[in-house]
Amino acid sequence: MARGFVGAGFTMDAIILQVLNGLDKGSAYAMIALGLTLIFGTLGVVNFAHGALFMLGAFCAVTLQRILSLSYTVEDPTQTDFLGNPLKVDTPYIVSWFGDATGNAILNWSVPLAILFAIPVMLLIGYVMERGLIKHFYKRPHADQILVTFGLAIVIQEIVKYFYGANPIPTPAPDMFRGSVDFGVMIGFAQNEIIYPYWRLVYFLFSAVIIGSVFAFLRFTTFGMVVRAGMADRETVGLLGINIDKRFTIMFGIAAAVAGLAGVMYAPINSPNYHMGMDFLVLSFVVVVVGGMGSLPGAVLAGFLLGILESFASMNEVKSVIPGIDQIIIYLVAIIILLTRPRGLMGRKGVMEE
Amino acid sequence: MGILEVSNVNKRFGGLQALGNVNLDIAAGTVHAIIGPNGAGKSTLLNVLVGKLIPDTGTVLFNGVSVLGRKPYEINQLGISRVFQTPEIFSDLTVFENMLIPCFAKRDGSFRLHALESIAAEKDLIEKAEHMLTEVNMADKRHMLASSLSRGDKRRLEMAMCLVQEPKLLLLDEPTAGMARADTNNTIDLLNQIHDSREITMVIIEHDMHVVFSLAKRITVLAQGSPLVEDTPDNIKGHPKVKEAYLGEAAA
Amino acid sequence: MLGLSKKDTTFLLIVIFLTLATPILLQPFPEGSALAQFNAGYPDLMQRFAIYGIFAIGFNILFGLTGYLSFGHAAFLGVGSYSVVWMYKLLSYNVLPGLILAVLMSALFALFIGFISLRRSGIYFSILTLAFAQMSFNLAYSVLTPLTNGETGLQVYTNDPQVLMSAGSPTSPHFFGIVMNESAKIDVGGWQFTFSNGYYFCAIIAIIVFYLSLRIFRSPFGIMLRAIKTNQTRMSYTGLNSRPYTLAAFVISGMYAGLAGGLLASMDPLAGAERMQWTASGEVVLMTILGGAGTLMGPVLGAGFIKYFENIFSKINDNILYAWFSALPEGLADALVFMLHPFIGKGWNLTLGLLFMLVVIFLPGGLMEGGSRIWGLITGKNRKSKKAGKDPEHHPKPSAHVN
Repeated sequence: MARGFVGAGFTMDAIILQVLNGLDKGSAYAMIALGLTLIFGTLGVVNFAHGALFMLGAFCAVTLQRILSLSYTVEDPTQTDFLGNPLKVDTPYIVSWFGDATGNAILNWSVPLAILFAIPVMLLIGYVMERGLIKHFYKRPHADQILVTFGLAIVIQEIVKYFYGANPIPTPAPDMFRGSVDFGVMIGFAQNEIIYPYWRLVYFLFSAVIIGSVFAFLRFTTFGMVVRAGMADRETVGLLGINIDKRFTIMFGIAAAVAGLAGVMYAPINSPNYHMGMDFLVLSFVVVVVGGMGSLPGAVLAGFLLGILESFASMNEVKSVIPGIDQIIIYLVAIIILLTRPRGLMGRKGVMEE
Repeated sequence: MGILEVSNVNKRFGGLQALGNVNLDIAAGTVHAIIGPNGAGKSTLLNVLVGKLIPDTGTVLFNGVSVLGRKPYEINQLGISRVFQTPEIFSDLTVFENMLIPCFAKRDGSFRLHALESIAAEKDLIEKAEHMLTEVNMADKRHMLASSLSRGDKRRLEMAMCLVQEPKLLLLDEPTAGMARADTNNTIDLLNQIHDSREITMVIIEHDMHVVFSLAKRITVLAQGSPLVEDTPDNIKGHPKVKEAYLGEAAA
Repeated sequence: MLGLSKKDTTFLLIVIFLTLATPILLQPFPEGSALAQFNAGYPDLMQRFAIYGIFAIGFNILFGLTGYLSFGHAAFLGVGSYSVVWMYKLLSYNVLPGLILAVLMSALFALFIGFISLRRSGIYFSILTLAFAQMSFNLAYSVLTPLTNGETGLQVYTNDPQVLMSAGSPTSPHFFGIVMNESAKIDVGGWQFTFSNGYYFCAIIAIIVFYLSLRIFRSPFGIMLRAIKTNQTRMSYTGLNSRPYTLAAFVISGMYAGLAGGLLASMDPLAGAERMQWTASGEVVLMTILGGAGTLMGPVLGAGFIKYFENIFSKINDNILYAWFSALPEGLADALVFMLHPFIGKGWNLTLGLLFMLVVIFLPGGLMEGGSRIWGLITGKNRKSKKAGKDPEHHPKPSAHVN
């Protein structure tokens, strides 16, 4: 159905497929950009180490998987290897403690379980980072903030490389999400027209929940209201006798946790490696700028928008018209936006304008 | 015809009429003060004069040339210098370097790629800068970083930087705001001395009546965005309309 | 002399002497001694000192003077390298046409990127430059493959035209017959000194561009750039248009970067896209900050420091550490090696990141400020009133100009 009415190649199903393809990257951009904007809006700090937090989240998933797979070795006399010796079988402790079914299920679900593991870890990392380093840079120029967090990003990256090596570490999703869903059938297309991997759908829904809860938290809690007021006018809120610094510390922890969770769930999509954070960081900054520095809805909107645009630009039909466009589309959009709408899509007046 | 002519200038911000039908004619060589209660539109008027704001209607002519829509550096090149409420100087540079910059701007225009020229070779400009520093009694501070100057000295430096360009019109935005009495009096003396020696036209926006009456030859009272009275200081003193504008109906 | 004050002339002469004597000065330990591993007097490393020194000097003209933090200067480095290799392919292995093209091309690129990026300041400027550099990097890897040879990198093949090559021409980069990778080794006592053509070629160019940057620092243009960093409002109300000033600074620093990139390809006839990656842009920022932004010598020191330790640290391994600690009890040696292990060899980047953070946190003026603080302690002078990074040696008071 609908084939051909938008023009050769741009069929309805192709368009929907590209939108879907853009959603998972867009979700990651949106979550990282959301955290960047929270930190920038509340603390006035430009955090170049935010990509590293995303990467640390992904490595939380890797770590939990490794912990769960800790095994002991027994010789199985009933089987032999090719030399005829008794076969050595690695049995994860988990399996021997909880029995085959439960143990393997836990192993299988290690990535979603890592969410529970990552939340406290990321909150703690965020807390330590803010109290130990960022706090001292509130009054320093933005250039110094960029530089010190850039240094921190290198350090975090190298530490991860030291412990986990330089190669990507495959971190699979639970079995039941490994296949693909025929999304087209659900919305009335023929079979096999729009095939979409389950896990990417999960990732998108997950990001919607996370982003939704951050907004709800800011909107409906007293804490959130104070923070929003602080983003608008830090000094006034300080004058009201509200301990805004403490709340901002917590906010930094939350931003770190959001980036971390984005990383945890991204691990099955792209095997984590130590420099994945940097790759995402550059793009996320562009996303923040396009959305408008200091605007939370802008960051989310721009994240999805650029993710989807990137996915459209990588269609062969587009690439044959403008070669290489998929490589540069995000930067190109950023440049155009910055020159025509200096404050970004939804930026507020007076933020970061010198 | 004056050096600066403001005709029928109107400016609205949303529902607020910031300037309503402002007409001003400032004679060359005079010291003209613009006074008025808070919110009378003094700063808006100043921002229109320096090209920062474009009015909804009206014209501003400087020596017959319109200043509207020009960038601040173009307006300066026409011969208008501005002193700010908080001194705007180059704090990371020495006092002497601060003085050199306006000298170069005056001679070379808004841009010149003099990347391989030596400052030491510019004997004329150096002499000019030193002379100006001596005139404002800051010759001994020439090697100090501008950021380490006292507030009064920063103000002096800023004025010296404006004057060394020999502007035809000097705009002063509350030049004594936040100053101690002694500093204020020094500034008044300095401005009077400058005016006497150069016959420079000055427009002063000021709160402090002591300053206004010690300097101005002519005064415009602004109230709610429109000129109320324009007259000599002697006539402004005790003018009933002025009292009313400042003190409200109770005093009238 | 040369339009410089007496003090600056002396300073320049010292720099010239140090640069020319580098092959001797960086070889303080005799061959075969335990400390010979710390020698840095071999051509490959010395060339990198000079080249990255040029890169950092140029970056400093933009960042140190105007305060505009570019995160995209590696793009110009790449443009320079590609230009030189293309000239090898089309003409001959003489580096001169390539270097001229490198400077011109990077100037054009910088004019274009700067014209757009400089419409914004602060972090927006940084991100715009970063976006442009990433774009160049991505394009060099993909659609521009006919120009850049993609992932393989651009190199000279036997079927390239090389129209100016004659039978006797050298078959590796040279400057009118002076072949870059040739060198003379001289043994004096236990020491061995290597005088390489390549190093001296880079060194002489480095001296020339250092002299130019000294002139720029001391020129009215230099003061204007520092004024832009301090107060743009006063700048425009003084009748100065800061846009062309910053653009000129951006283009000049882009040309320095292009020259450095061209020299990299002059030493080793290869050009790859990874030279344009943003980590390379980060590296030059690092060098400049580490040495001391806004000072004349700082960036050169920073570049030398980073390249030296990159080289030395990456070579040290656990065995070498054990050799150092051999005098200590075994347990203690084990513990020390264990503690130092993450920071050496492949861990050099970790050391670099930490160092970078420490410098930004505690010593925003970089090594130059550190040096002047230590000097202050030794001579007992109170330098506290001095602004960070304003080493009087390299920022002579204006009186020096007048005399």
